[in-house]
Amino acid sequence: MNDENKKPHREDVCPGKKGKLDLASARAAIAGTTGPEYWRSLEELAGSAEFREMMHREFPKGASEWLDGASRRGFLKLMGASLALAGMTACTKQPLEPIVPYVRQPEELIPGRPLFYATAFELGGYASPVLVESHQYRPTKIEGNAQHPASLGGTDVFAQASILGMYDPDRSENISYLGEVRTWGSFLEAIRGPLSAQKGLQGAGIRILTQTVSSPTLADQLRSLLKIYPQAKWHVYEPVNRDNVHEGARMAFGEPVETQYKLESADVIVSLDADFLYAGFPGSTRYIRDFAKRRNPDGNMNRLYVAESTPSSTGAKADHRLPLRAADIEGFAGLLQFALMANSNPQDSEHTKFAERVASDLSLHHGASVVISGDHQPPAVHAMAHAMNNALGNVGKTVFYTDPVDANPVNQTESLKDLIADMRGGKVDLLVIMGGNPAYDAPADFGFADALKNTKIPLRVHVGLYEDETAELCQWHVNQSHYLEAWSDTRAYDGTVSIVQPLIAPLYNGKSAHEMVALLSGQADASGHDIVQAYWQKQHPGPDFEAFWRKSLHDGWIEGTAFAARTPVLKTASIPKPAPASTAPIELNFRRDPSIYDGRFSNNGWLQELPNPMTKMTWDNPVLIGPAMADRLQLKSEDMVELELNGKKVAAPIWIQAGHPDNSVTAFLGYGRRRAGRAGTGAGFDMYPLRTSATPWLATGLNIRKTGDTYKLASTQGYQTMDTPDGATRPLVRAASLAEYKKEPNFAQEEEPAPGLTLYPGYDYKKEDYAWGMAIDMNSCVGCNNCIVACQSENNIAVVGKEQVVIGRHMHWLRVDAYYQGDRANPKAYFQPVPCMHCENAPCEVVCPVGATNHSTEGLNDMVYNRCVGTRYCSNNCPYKVRRFNFLLFQDWETPQYKMMRNPDVSVRSRGVMEKCTYCVQRINESRIVAEREDRKISDSELQSACQQSCPADAIVFGNINDPNSRVSKLKAQARNYSLLGDLNTRPRTTYLAEIRNPNPELET
Amino acid sequence: MDEQTKSVTSSKQAPVIEPGYTFATVTDKISAIVLQRPTSNGWFVGFGIGFLLTMMMLFAIGYLFVRGTGIWGVTIPIGWGFAIVNFVWWIGIGHAGTLISAILLLLRQSWRNSINRFAEAMTLFAVSCAGIFPLIHVGRPWLAYWLFPYPNTMGVWPQFRSPLVWDVFAVSTYFTISLLFWFIGLIPDLATLRDRSDNRWAKIIYGILAMGWRGSARHWHRYETAYLLLAGLATPLVLSVHTVVSFDFAVGIVPGWHTTIFPPYFVAGAIYSGFAMVLMLAIPIRKLYGLEDFITERHLENSAKVMLATGLIVAYGYVIEAFMGWYSGNRYDAFTLWNRLHGPYAFFYYMLLACNIVIPQVLWSKKLRTSPVWLFFISGVVLVGMWLERFIIVVVSLQRDFLNSSWGMYYPTRWDWMTYIGTIGMFLAAIFLFVRILPMISIFEMRTLLPEAEVKE
Repeated sequence: MNDENKKPHREDVCPGKKGKLDLASARAAIAGTTGPEYWRSLEELAGSAEFREMMHREFPKGASEWLDGASRRGFLKLMGASLALAGMTACTKQPLEPIVPYVRQPEELIPGRPLFYATAFELGGYASPVLVESHQYRPTKIEGNAQHPASLGGTDVFAQASILGMYDPDRSENISYLGEVRTWGSFLEAIRGPLSAQKGLQGAGIRILTQTVSSPTLADQLRSLLKIYPQAKWHVYEPVNRDNVHEGARMAFGEPVETQYKLESADVIVSLDADFLYAGFPGSTRYIRDFAKRRNPDGNMNRLYVAESTPSSTGAKADHRLPLRAADIEGFAGLLQFALMANSNPQDSEHTKFAERVASDLSLHHGASVVISGDHQPPAVHAMAHAMNNALGNVGKTVFYTDPVDANPVNQTESLKDLIADMRGGKVDLLVIMGGNPAYDAPADFGFADALKNTKIPLRVHVGLYEDETAELCQWHVNQSHYLEAWSDTRAYDGTVSIVQPLIAPLYNGKSAHEMVALLSGQADASGHDIVQAYWQKQHPGPDFEAFWRKSLHDGWIEGTAFAARTPVLKTASIPKPAPASTAPIELNFRRDPSIYDGRFSNNGWLQELPNPMTKMTWDNPVLIGPAMADRLQLKSEDMVELELNGKKVAAPIWIQAGHPDNSVTAFLGYGRRRAGRAGTGAGFDMYPLRTSATPWLATGLNIRKTGDTYKLASTQGYQTMDTPDGATRPLVRAASLAEYKKEPNFAQEEEPAPGLTLYPGYDYKKEDYAWGMAIDMNSCVGCNNCIVACQSENNIAVVGKEQVVIGRHMHWLRVDAYYQGDRANPKAYFQPVPCMHCENAPCEVVCPVGATNHSTEGLNDMVYNRCVGTRYCSNNCPYKVRRFNFLLFQDWETPQYKMMRNPDVSVRSRGVMEKCTYCVQRINESRIVAEREDRKISDSELQSACQQSCPADAIVFGNINDPNSRVSKLKAQARNYSLLGDLNTRPRTTYLAEIRNPNPELET
Repeated sequence: MDEQTKSVTSSKQAPVIEPGYTFATVTDKISAIVLQRPTSNGWFVGFGIGFLLTMMMLFAIGYLFVRGTGIWGVTIPIGWGFAIVNFVWWIGIGHAGTLISAILLLLRQSWRNSINRFAEAMTLFAVSCAGIFPLIHVGRPWLAYWLFPYPNTMGVWPQFRSPLVWDVFAVSTYFTISLLFWFIGLIPDLATLRDRSDNRWAKIIYGILAMGWRGSARHWHRYETAYLLLAGLATPLVLSVHTVVSFDFAVGIVPGWHTTIFPPYFVAGAIYSGFAMVLMLAIPIRKLYGLEDFITERHLENSAKVMLATGLIVAYGYVIEAFMGWYSGNRYDAFTLWNRLHGPYAFFYYMLLACNIVIPQVLWSKKLRTSPVWLFFISGVVLVGMWLERFIIVVVSLQRDFLNSSWGMYYPTRWDWMTYIGTIGMFLAAIFLFVRILPMISIFEMRTLLPEAEVKE
């Protein structure tokens, strides 16, 4: 009742709007008055409700509401109540969940000084151990955990970019029911009934679908849950899974095992379509380090043979690369196996000689070689690789077997198939999908989305970071907490467990998988911290648990959790004979995307704009074909084609990739998302409709048809370089074979212009304490792209979007150029990371009219953003084209999440200014402050640029070139050291160490 | 006056003024265009188009200020695009005016008297058009004044090693001198208009502008001194301005820019395009306003000869560039030449050769050299060619420089075109205003060309 009385007052009514002034009534009112009366308007005169309202509203809207019935008595009542309530909130004890800083103690927290915490990023069940830089409790940068055996300081692109994933403004912020925002309480209420109903059925209707789980705690929780509900089932699926690896191991050993490689000890490495030098391959970060260590031409240099179906950065590093269709890899493995073990009798082929030479090289390095098979190769190839490693005596030396990291190493495709069968069979009452996006990425023949939509499962719950395609088809969506917000644990490729400790309270009150499973087990309010800690308390009982826990958090891993090496017995009999070479005219390969993986990172702008290591493609996934096939089909890059496979059709643009095998097409997964967010939605083309459970990686019988349309692609490196006469012969990348290098170690050096050949007086940098310089060892660089993302994260570099990349306005301060050399069908490829050269005679500096770019006495080419007016003359005059211009307002100045994410030590650039690599001047100065306070010089080990820090190959070395003992000085003193475009007399501070390949002399023609 | 008169009378060429005129008729004829002749509909149409195009340019610039330089086609590696191309083109066009006014004055080439006024006006308007671009092409135009050396609390000065700072001085000096030169030359004629106009407002305005000119001997004396001094000042500018503009490129290390031929070649190119623009304007104006008696075939022919000569210097520049590309042995220079001939913009390079070298060779024929229609057409071709030359220098050099990983393409956007065409509109509108309100031919200087002006001993 009371409410109704108040209602009219709450509406903002302006006189004349609500009701028309009635002149007749006004006249009547005047006529009806007696004596002198004054009126202010006709409305007042008429005494209308509108006028009274206006009188009431003498003050602005809202002011008069305070008067509404707020008596002194009521006020006191309210005050008393709120005071009492305030007291009560103060009594709610926040749970004590201490997290432990890595390097610096919390009591040392100084505003402006970051703290580092160890945690771990997980992808596909494998942990990337990381340290997270935290500024005032805001995580801002991911770095590798130098003490962890799986990182040694390096990271991978996905881990690097995960910080943006956490601050993604498109992440799901709420629990929702049919798209409407709900509370955690209402979700609890909704699930309580069905859960208790399932109690009686022993959980027969409960199905849980997770992605690969390696978390010991989560696996334990799920197993306990299955004890409470014995009839419930736990299914596992993710599109980029290791089914083939597990099946291959089963074939060879009868059980799934994890294979680890010790590349440090391998003299000869043979990759059978394994892209083991790029993120996504388990252990890649460590493998890159070990591989790069053995690329030193002055040491005992290894040799890499790669047979691959899609040009990859691993293939680019190969000393001998054999482009083969994916279906022919098995045949090649057979040839190799025959040459090694003579236990099969493959058909003679054009690659027999190659295989024999490789085999003899392998045999020469008995116990110091390794054969690695690619995850997407069929089980037989894995089994053959196991057999070959066994025959070569590598097991226990370069190849180690352990228990699988995957806590539930089932065949994921089968697992999902069973789930769908149950769904269609009406056996599922409660489906909980934790992570993953099967509605988008499940095999097309399963029709998962259709099953989810049409089988009328009474309760479907999706727990995920995004309200994605799967969330759309579930009634309930619970927003998941990001790994940087939640407690968990996970295993690295060697089995070492890392505790995942949160860096920040969940931004949107998300729930972790642990909390979700706890809820299903009936512990609705268990916190992630308690669950994880309780599990480890069980594993490590005893009085020293507190110390154990602190140490594990501090170090970032739990000591002694690495799996022990095992020696499974090879079932020689079951090693298959290789299948005959495929005769299908055209094969279609599916590959995880090097930037956005299976699609889960598709809303990550850094990754979307991260150039594919080989094609330099951003924002899109054109299908790759080889040059010969393109000529035959008369296709050009950017032509649209229709791919038809078993009646399913997908349209996509073409990209001609040098070195791609003939009659083969590579399609990258993860694009064409419908509900990804501002960055991912609509980018690229969805290839999942062509991908079936029977042919998840390799399908044959593809029809390819030119549609006549074209599609603009955003590659950061033009493809037109191939058709110019001079392009291939410029001395930008300098390379030689090991034999040539031994004969002529100075081959890369050329006479540099004498000092003093400049109009302007030089500066004696030698007299300074520091002269900053960088050496990039192209022999170590594997083109993994880490430095690009690390730089982007460290230096607040903007994402510009596809249209701008097409024009050429991407902002990366550091890029990795890829150059090809030789035959288009199988060229040699080289990677060259290009940051600012910090030229001592910088061409950019003399042309700036306002002096916005200047040289420091320590040799830095500094950019003064405040002074820059944006003439772009410096960029024109930069021969390395490392300068980047803010043509538009590329930075997002509005989104609050991004404000939290940015590195507070680096200016956020606005429109109209030039920017470029600073050699991470903020890090130099941070080290300088520390060193000066301690009255010493900056030591070589304490200062690393962001690119150097993240480089898993240790290819980038930055430091003081005035110190002859610094690592960078030693590298620059090497014979391989050369300056890029040094003949221009720019005297760059960034120099390169020429690339040396180690080809097998027997295969050299 | 002696030499001047002699050069007129002794000339066996076509006269610079048709016979039969007296002091009075010259004055009548020229001042009548401003004072008596009714404003034609054609004038309104022409001015209207120019005005609308100017508005379009202002809109494009407004949008540029709101959104940023990114609305244009410039990118990395092609940091300079239409803005700098147009800037150099317009500055070059301006050169003809100064050359005609100053150098020909000092060389006593009295035939210049009938075309110097609007050539100077053209200079002024062209430099104004040019001046827009450096200002708006920077990323933060509101800070463009930092290029000027002015004392400030920040204690920073421009960076004097940068050719862009030299540009600021060169262009601002050039504009100032051109304006003064033009205005001082106008004063006697403004006084004539003041005396002859019937309209009260026109009297007042012309009166103010005439600065009290009464035609006394002392006035004439001062006038002649000032005019000569300014001519002396302006003469080096003809050479220096475009030399400095060419330094923008020559000082850079970009292959295709870094060459010592640029200063003379730019100056010649500037005069080339400037005379083309003079002809483009003179030919329709003399027709429409019936000034064939004052702007005679001789003027057209002389201008055509200047074009032919400067065009050959420009051609020499191209040859030297190509030669040096080969002779230097520098692979990047050689590639720049290859890229011009075979790269993605090769069409424009061949167009450039056709427009600037091949087609203007018809000017060797006297018949075509004196044909207004042909001259008008060839002038247009030269203007296009000279614009393409700047496009080739700016864009095609930047497009593919040292590192092939960083090569790119440049595509102008609609905003680039709107700004460019807008400046042409602004130029036209200004020219239309000029012919309507000021004497487009110097009355008093024309009078000196008459036989009566010959001083009798």
